[in-house]
Amino acid sequence: MKITISSQGKTLDSAVDPRFGRAAQFILYDTEAGSYEVISNTQNSAQGAGIKAAETISQAGAQVLITGHCGPNAFNTLKAAGIAVVVGADGCTVGQAIERYRSGRLTASGSPDVAGHWQ
Amino acid sequence: MIIAVASGKGGTGKTTVAVNMAICLNEPVQLLDCDVEEPNCRIFLKPDIRRRERIVLPHPVVIEDLCTSCGECSRACQFNAIVSLKTRPMVFPSLCHGCGGCIKVCPQNALAEGVREIGTIETGIARQVEFVQGCLDVGQTLSPPLIREVKRRAARKGITIVDCPPGTSCPVMAAVKGSDYAVLVAESTPFGLHDLKLAVETVRRLGLRFGVVINRMVSTDRCVVKYCRSEHIPILLEIPEHRAAAVAYSRGQLLVEAVPEFRGLFERLCCRIISEARGKEEGPAVTTRGKIVGTA
Amino acid sequence: MKEIVVISGKGGTGKTSITASFAALAGSAVIADCDVDASDLHLVLSPRIRKREEFRSGREAVIRTDDCIGCGACRDDCRFHAVRVVHHGSFRNFAIDSLSCEGCGVCVRGCPVQAIDFPERVCGEWFVSESRFGPMVHAQLAIGAENSGKLVSTVRKQARKLAEEFNRPWLIVDGPPGIACPVIASITGASLALIVIEPTMSGVHDMERVLALTGHFGIPAMICVNKWELNPQITGQIESSAQSSGASLAGRIHYDRAVTNAQTDGLTVVEYGGQAAEDIRLIWRNVEDRALSLGATAAMQV
Repeated sequence: MKITISSQGKTLDSAVDPRFGRAAQFILYDTEAGSYEVISNTQNSAQGAGIKAAETISQAGAQVLITGHCGPNAFNTLKAAGIAVVVGADGCTVGQAIERYRSGRLTASGSPDVAGHWQ
Repeated sequence: MIIAVASGKGGTGKTTVAVNMAICLNEPVQLLDCDVEEPNCRIFLKPDIRRRERIVLPHPVVIEDLCTSCGECSRACQFNAIVSLKTRPMVFPSLCHGCGGCIKVCPQNALAEGVREIGTIETGIARQVEFVQGCLDVGQTLSPPLIREVKRRAARKGITIVDCPPGTSCPVMAAVKGSDYAVLVAESTPFGLHDLKLAVETVRRLGLRFGVVINRMVSTDRCVVKYCRSEHIPILLEIPEHRAAAVAYSRGQLLVEAVPEFRGLFERLCCRIISEARGKEEGPAVTTRGKIVGTA
Repeated sequence: MKEIVVISGKGGTGKTSITASFAALAGSAVIADCDVDASDLHLVLSPRIRKREEFRSGREAVIRTDDCIGCGACRDDCRFHAVRVVHHGSFRNFAIDSLSCEGCGVCVRGCPVQAIDFPERVCGEWFVSESRFGPMVHAQLAIGAENSGKLVSTVRKQARKLAEEFNRPWLIVDGPPGIACPVIASITGASLALIVIEPTMSGVHDMERVLALTGHFGIPAMICVNKWELNPQITGQIESSAQSSGASLAGRIHYDRAVTNAQTDGLTVVEYGGQAAEDIRLIWRNVEDRALSLGATAAMQV
């Protein structure tokens, strides 16, 4: 399974980035291989950063997204891409977030947890 | 002749200048309120609205039977308004700028153009003034398309006064573009001078002829006057700070009616602007209270 | 850390003057000027710039004149009237008006000889500085740029980082005018919004629109009426309307020449003194009390 986590740094010890759309990068963790890669989220978007980020991780093969918060545009894009969205992971490291998800302490959401930035 | 009234920041008196000028020009004149996020001219002119149009903006609509999910549309879009995933593309209409790019690139012709409403244009009459106002719906993010629609209703003859949005970003560009003359309204304070300089840079980049109206002028603060003189920018009018004027504004009254001494000032302003702007085109004579002040 | 954003609906209500005074009164603060279209706060706070960064957003089309064959396909495709014809004697070629260019890329793809470049657009600059009241982050958007809120978000993100780094309990934000994206970008996740209104007919209407916005994003709001004695009746109307919408009253500021005189002297109003200064002190105390009584700031970032 490929789990994506929004990250403030490039390792499993990095803090989770509470934002999804404007996170600096994502860590794509492969549970079978036990390895990970860093996916950059450098984008030029004035608006729709969450949509663009969703597209990026979808193309990289993500099946689950773990982040702090997710707005409606990003959420709907992720849903359409078949990616499960897990929110509420801010305040811990990427590695801890993966563990919490795998042990069932963090679970997928049925809806966005914050209002979008533009109506 | 199109006269744009603009300023580097809000609250300088743009609307005051625009509406009072419109009333003082004693002949058919048109006023376009292009401050579509917060249109205020109607408060002072109290127009009788005759027509109300809902304005739409295009966005792509996917024809599912034809789409092969190739992703070309998504790659072409610069605004994240259409994104292609494993299933059919998703469209986010509120992000769409209406450029038509995705429709052009689709190899299957699977995108058609749909529309969504972004705001309202109201047209009416206030004494001799033909009034046109654009009002953006709350929650809509793009004002330039609505501003361009309001400007499309500019009369071909006579004088059109455009009340522009404040600032120097792209909505202001859309409102000021294509004018024959720009009137920049500034306050005589350090903040006012700083923002005037931004407005001056804007109109210079657009290659427009322009002049400055200094509002709420206090004799002790000459910073704006000094700046205009050193830059050879015509000072069209200095409106003195006047408490009665501020009270009249707060009540939604026309300045030239609430404080009669101001009528003469605004008539002089109209004369000055017409003569400054003259030379671009010849037209019928323009009058204020029976005096010919120039040609339109 | 408490984040106070000062907004106003309409421009020119005195927002920046009040924000500057708050910076002086807060004691230990980081200051952010999010009014990126017409930023004035630096005129009173006189920050010393330590770092400047280019702000890039979107792209723009640029025609390579030497490669242009003058076919006009770009002008036919452009929906934003951004293509100008340039005549050279008997022939012509085309150029893009960057102030009108929307950065959509249609002409770039449509050019039969690929004569159009599509670089990232530099839309402004932002700065990290030091002011006499604390670290300050501010910016200036370029002329004609799209004011999407992205630069506002950039300034706020930097300011929040500094508040954490320097352990400052207050982040005071000068917000942009209006109700569109830049304002939304300045209030999401803030502790409290202070709305500054003038007692005019347009002020009543503007405040309703701003309160609808703060309500939608769940940001607690307080209002203050500036130059209130110009119209006590409308002042009363504004205050009751605000309360029925769930906002609380922070206070009223008298009309005072000292506000402008302070600007001329490069001082905040509270440093200068006078009636308005006293009114602002009281408003700050009310804002402070309300902010401290609210729960912890939401972790939501921009």
